[in-house]
Parts: sequence; structure tokens; C-alpha cells
Amino acid sequence: MHSIPGRRLIMALFLIFLLLPIYWLVNMSFKTNAEIVSTMTLWPHTPTLQHYRRIFTDESWYSGYINSLEYVVINTVISIAVALPAAYAFSRYRFLGDKHLFFWLLSNRMAPAAVYALPFFNLYSAIGLFDTPWAVALAHCIFNVPLAVWILEGFVSGVPREIDETAFLDGYSFPRFFIKILVPLIASGIGVAAFFCFMFSWVELLLARTLTSVQAKPIAAIMTRTVSAAGMDWGLLAAAGVLTIIPGALVIWFVRNYIARGFALGRV
Amino acid sequence: MDKTINQKAWFLVLPVFLVVAFSAVLPLMTVVNYSMQDTFGNNQFFWNGVGWFKELLDPSTDLGGRFLASLGRNLFFSAVILAIEVPLGIVVALSMPREGWSVAACLVILALPLLIPWNVVGTIWQIFGRPDIGLLGYVLNHLGFNYNYVSNEVDAWVTVIVMDVWHWTSLVALLCYAGLKSIPDAYYQAAQIDGASRWAVFKAIQLPKMNRVLLIAVLLRFMDSFMIYTEPFVVTGGGPGNSTTFVSIELVKIALGQFDLGKAAALSLVYNLIILIVCWVFYTVMTNAGSERPVKQGAA
Repeated sequence: MHSIPGRRLIMALFLIFLLLPIYWLVNMSFKTNAEIVSTMTLWPHTPTLQHYRRIFTDESWYSGYINSLEYVVINTVISIAVALPAAYAFSRYRFLGDKHLFFWLLSNRMAPAAVYALPFFNLYSAIGLFDTPWAVALAHCIFNVPLAVWILEGFVSGVPREIDETAFLDGYSFPRFFIKILVPLIASGIGVAAFFCFMFSWVELLLARTLTSVQAKPIAAIMTRTVSAAGMDWGLLAAAGVLTIIPGALVIWFVRNYIARGFALGRV
Repeated sequence: MDKTINQKAWFLVLPVFLVVAFSAVLPLMTVVNYSMQDTFGNNQFFWNGVGWFKELLDPSTDLGGRFLASLGRNLFFSAVILAIEVPLGIVVALSMPREGWSVAACLVILALPLLIPWNVVGTIWQIFGRPDIGLLGYVLNHLGFNYNYVSNEVDAWVTVIVMDVWHWTSLVALLCYAGLKSIPDAYYQAAQIDGASRWAVFKAIQLPKMNRVLLIAVLLRFMDSFMIYTEPFVVTGGGPGNSTTFVSIELVKIALGQFDLGKAAALSLVYNLIILIVCWVFYTVMTNAGSERPVKQGAA
């Protein structure tokens, strides 16, 4: 019932609009550079895997993917671990300054990364974390922790209070109740929150690039530097781009049923 | 829901507070510190008071001119983005298939652009729009449009806007879809019995139910478009000229390009303040909408 006339056509057109640029990138990644520059072809006439082979064999390329995944995973773990108890507190209790604290968190989710780029650079250089995955992971906490709190708070609020009370009457201590009862109940919420932390850490470039130089350089930064330095190796650039899309595409599949609710920050 | 008052809850919030304070308050203090000083390199700093702020808000100076121009461009950009993406997102959400495997397929494809690293989004459109090797640029030029986003300001703007629509409309659509899904079937049946038209159903049932998610969508889209950096930076580099230089791009130019710490810090603070105010307005509206909800449900 919630549909409109011509919906199939609208949906089809929109999906084509979304997929066409991605197709073009995939298409280019399988072409030789000679083919890219010389002719306009809708599909690769002389398909080649040379760009992918180069990325998987050249350490300066594939280490970028490992670096990126490293800080993304560290960030996701930290964000979820600190956000879980806070989400419970916001959902169940009122305490001094709770609303202000919640707003403050929200405002940090919205703070522009450009503002923090330079002070982060100074801060992490001063404490010796510059150019490590930890620096990027901690820096990304500024927007991922508030987001995780938001999403998890929505999910915790969906758990009836009676469950808490029954558990405490049965003699569960708070940590035991938390791990044995609450966490399994909001497992899907944790999955969604982890997905969003993964996503926002994975797509961010400005902070990741500012806080790394050699050792922990993310793949996104390696790509931009190649473009400016070594002329235009379009095929290689396209192949590297395609490989950055794959992890995201994989994780979407696992959370596809919760994705809409997660984007609403658990607040539908 | 009535919550119990319990000050010990602060212990549960403490880890979050510490982590965010470490990465938000500490750097912000540095920014405040820099914003009052001037430097001639060599780590020598001089007290400058509110000098930078005065310059920033005065369009006749170099810094003020650049800031206000980029702010104007950015506000215009955000307005255009919201005007396109919100209605389009609603239409797409209403066009979602009802059930079956196609729902999952549509959701996954819709979410795909959201999970592409921002600079890769830039790269995709940089390639896609090039007249020599990109499908879009090639087709447009062969249709007789002299399209070139590198040299023409209007083309650069169109490219950046279309890219953002491509990138983020799905977010609005997914949010609206989540809102639509929460409408019980009984509402539609009641509307059918009353003989309500399609438009009446949309206005009286669907739009009010989407209110909350739409608010979140507008907030997120405004904020993210207001601090957009990576995508236009990759595609146009802020050019041609300064025509697509938004506030974040200008800020990074000053901070990391010229290492003008004082100017950059003052700009950061004003920038942050604007965001904080907008954020507060939305938050107030949102919490008020939330507190009204039980009353509305009781009436329905």
C-alpha cells in the first residue's frame, strides 16, 4: 500500500543511476591503459588483470589495505566497548547532566574533521602515537563513539525494563546481567552499531591521511598520492578503487535487514 | 518512559566521556590557544587577542573575504543538496518493492554508495565525468554540450552536486523507508474505507509518520554537506579558481597548506560554533517532537 504509481520505473532508473558510475570504474579496472586512453569502449575488449596483480604483489599497495583494516577494527572495538555501558545508562537512568552530555556527544558527531586535523596532528605527535593505527583509531572515536551510543541506546530502550528487574531479583550481579542477558538480547543492535563504526571509519580520509605518514598509511591516502605523483595510471587507480568497495559491499550483506533501522540511529 | 534517577549511572558513562573528551576537548583547547596568537614560524608565538576573529568577520580583509565567500558557497551548496535529496529520497522510499527478494536487493544496492570511501567516490566521478575517458563526459560532449568540470565553473558545480546526490540520496531513502515500515497496515485499511486518495494517504498518514526520520535525515545531510571536504577536493580541488572551495577546503588550505595556525584556529572556532548552534536547534526540535509523540498516539 505504501507505493506510488510508476514505482518500478522510478526504482529502476534510480538504481541504474547508482550503478552506472560504479560499473564504469569496474570496467576501467579491467582495461589496459592503452585501451582506456585511446578508445571509448563500453566493456573491456582486451580484458586484463594486470592492475589487480600489481596491487596484490606490490607491498606499498596491499599494505595500505591492511593498515586501513587495522585501524578500522581497533576503532570499532573501542567504540562498541565504551558505548555499551553508556547506552544502557542513557536508556535506563536519569542523572545529573544527562541531557547535556547527550547533546555534547551529538555535537561531536557533527564536528567537521577539518577543524580537528591540525590539533590531532599535534596531540598524537606529542604522545608518540603519530603514524600508528592507534592514532587514527582514537581520532575516529570522536564521531564513532557518539554514533554507537546513539544507535545502542535505541536498541537498549527496546528491551523491556522488566527483564532487568527480574534478573536482579534472581540474584544476578550487574556485570553478569550485562554480559549474560543484555548483550545477547541486543546482539543485532551491536551488529548494526559495529557496522556503522566500520563504515564511517572506512570511508574517512582527511584524519586518516593527516595522522599517518609512512608506516600506517591507509589505502585511500596511497591512492591520492599516486594520482598526483606518477601521472595518470587510470587502470591502477580504478582497480584500487574497486578493491575499496568490496569490504563495504560484503558487510552490507550481513546487516541488510537492519540497515534501515540503523540509519535511523535505532530511533524508528 | 519514566527513568529512575541514579547518579551512579555516571560510572557507566565515564568511559565514553573520557574517550570523547580526550579526542574532542583536548584538541579544542589547542585551537582556542592558537586562535589568540600569531606565529612567524620557529615555534615563536605572539599574543594577538581577538585580532583574527575581527579579521575573519570583516569581508574587506583577505581572510574574512575568503571565509565569508566559502561560507556563502557552502550554504548555497547545502540548500541545493537538501532541496534535491529530501524529495528524491522520499520518492525512492515510496517506490521500494513491498516484499520478496527484490527488497533485499534494492536495500543492498541503495546502501552501496554509502560504503565507498569518500575519496574513491571523488575518484569515481572524476573518471566518470572526464570528457576523454569518462562515460558521462564523453556522452555529454557528443550530444553537443561543451561539458568540462575542470575549466567551467557551472559544470564543476553540477558535477559536485550530482555526485553528492548520487552519494547520499540513499541515506534519505533508507531513513524514510524505515519510517514507512513502522506504519501499521490498519492505518492504510482505515484510509481505504474512508476512500482517501493517494495524495491524502501520503499527507495524512505517511508524511506525519516520517516526521522523525526526516528530521534526522535533514540534520545529517545538512551537517555532512556543510563540512564536505574529500569528494569535491578530489574531483575539482576547489576549482576552477575558487568556485567550489567550501569551508572545510579553505580551512585545510590555511591550516595544513600555509600552516597559518592562528587564522586556521579562529576559522575553526567560528565554523564549529555555527555547527553547534544548528545542532542545538535540531536537537531541541527533535526532543520536543519526541515528547509529543505519546499524546499523538493516544489520540490515534
